[in-house]
Amino acid sequence: MIDKFRPEPAAALAVIPNGATVAVGGFGSSGRPDTLIDTLCDLDRRDLHVVVNNVGGDFTGIGRLLAEGRLRRVTCSFPVLTDFYDDYFAGRVELELIPQGTLAERLRAGGAGIPAFYTPSGAGTMLADGTFPLGYHADGSVAACMPEREHREFGGREHVLEYGIVADFALVKAHKADRRGNLRFRLSARNFNPLAAMAGRHTFAEAEHLAGPGELEPDDIHLPGVFVDEVLLSSALSPKLPTISRISP
Amino acid sequence: MTQTATAVPVSGRSREGIAQRLAADLRDGFVVNLGVGIPLLVPKFIPADREVILHAENGVLGMGPLAPAGQEDPDLTDAGKQAITLVTGAAIVDSATSFAIVRGGHLDVTVLGALQVSGSGDLANWYVPGRNPAVGGAMDLVAGAREVWVTMEHVDRAGRPKIVEACEFPLTGRGVVTRLYTDLAVFQFADGELRLTEYAPGVTPEAVRDRTAAPYVEDL
Repeated sequence: MIDKFRPEPAAALAVIPNGATVAVGGFGSSGRPDTLIDTLCDLDRRDLHVVVNNVGGDFTGIGRLLAEGRLRRVTCSFPVLTDFYDDYFAGRVELELIPQGTLAERLRAGGAGIPAFYTPSGAGTMLADGTFPLGYHADGSVAACMPEREHREFGGREHVLEYGIVADFALVKAHKADRRGNLRFRLSARNFNPLAAMAGRHTFAEAEHLAGPGELEPDDIHLPGVFVDEVLLSSALSPKLPTISRISP
Repeated sequence: MTQTATAVPVSGRSREGIAQRLAADLRDGFVVNLGVGIPLLVPKFIPADREVILHAENGVLGMGPLAPAGQEDPDLTDAGKQAITLVTGAAIVDSATSFAIVRGGHLDVTVLGALQVSGSGDLANWYVPGRNPAVGGAMDLVAGAREVWVTMEHVDRAGRPKIVEACEFPLTGRGVVTRLYTDLAVFQFADGELRLTEYAPGVTPEAVRDRTAAPYVEDL
């Protein structure tokens, strides 16, 4: 019988080694798998390459990984946290800055067996021309830049080649999960979660509710369990909204 | 095309006035994404007889107003991570589908602020060198939307023109802007040319010319 439910997060996530590449779902704190991220911290994992849309605005979630010095590289579109930039400019963490739609598609592609694709997003910008600093030395000089993207014209328009992302592991959050790993999300907490789950070679999902047999109808399932290896119960309901807000008009 | 901070003072549209002017051009049935700043002022000026679907990058089609205090749902936010509401008939998608809507030409208009816009429609709005870089969905939006409408003050705080021959700030996209709404005028980009189509009420051609550092033609 297939039973992907796991009672103990620390026992389940113990397979994630230091240095792993981990795709993480969520948009800010919405749909972010904090139970799983906190478990990585409790397991004292370090040197991680995290692929996620945001670092966040405080020291919860990815911000906790940062505050505890567990990150080697972050691949994201919108870091936010000031402390992240302090670490970036001081050479303590690398930043691979990716347009948000490209990041989503790179995760989808990686999970779908598409090694690379062309997109117009970012063409003609410093995120594609090899001049954006990936990392700095401690003295503030540039250590390395993001690689220049290959270019090709389609329909008279410039496009850049972007690679699918396959991560060693993925951490995602769902509203409901059943023992086969089928997931259902709630409202905009879906965001990057199905894509991160697809991109993981081994995917952990935390869910607010563990569904019994037949509770999720086939048409209710947003992501089938074939993309999910292990399911855990979220230790807390959705985190509160962050205190940061957008720039006021 | 003198770059001058000492031009005769001019009073054009307010930020709300810019948003109102732009809202008048949104057509019934449009799917629209709104960036931060002046664009967020647009919804309250959309004429009541027009149904406009608001898109948020994090996977919302059919965004309503911000959630009232006490009724915020952490699972329902906009791309600025503020708690929102949905309109009847709204849909939720994942982030890849959200950007398929953007890149696939299914978004009629993206409305964005700008640091600078060049005479050939280049847009710079994501990064000021020396500050903290973050891009979000800006590059996808300008590359994918059918129309890119920019709202901005005509000059920066130091009085320098923001419409320039070539952007000094890093580009968000090259040749992507289709319309430009400032406090002083409305412009359209067509056939590689910047055309001024309308002066704001009470604004003289000289006032605009003195504050614009790229060539344009009048096409009133």
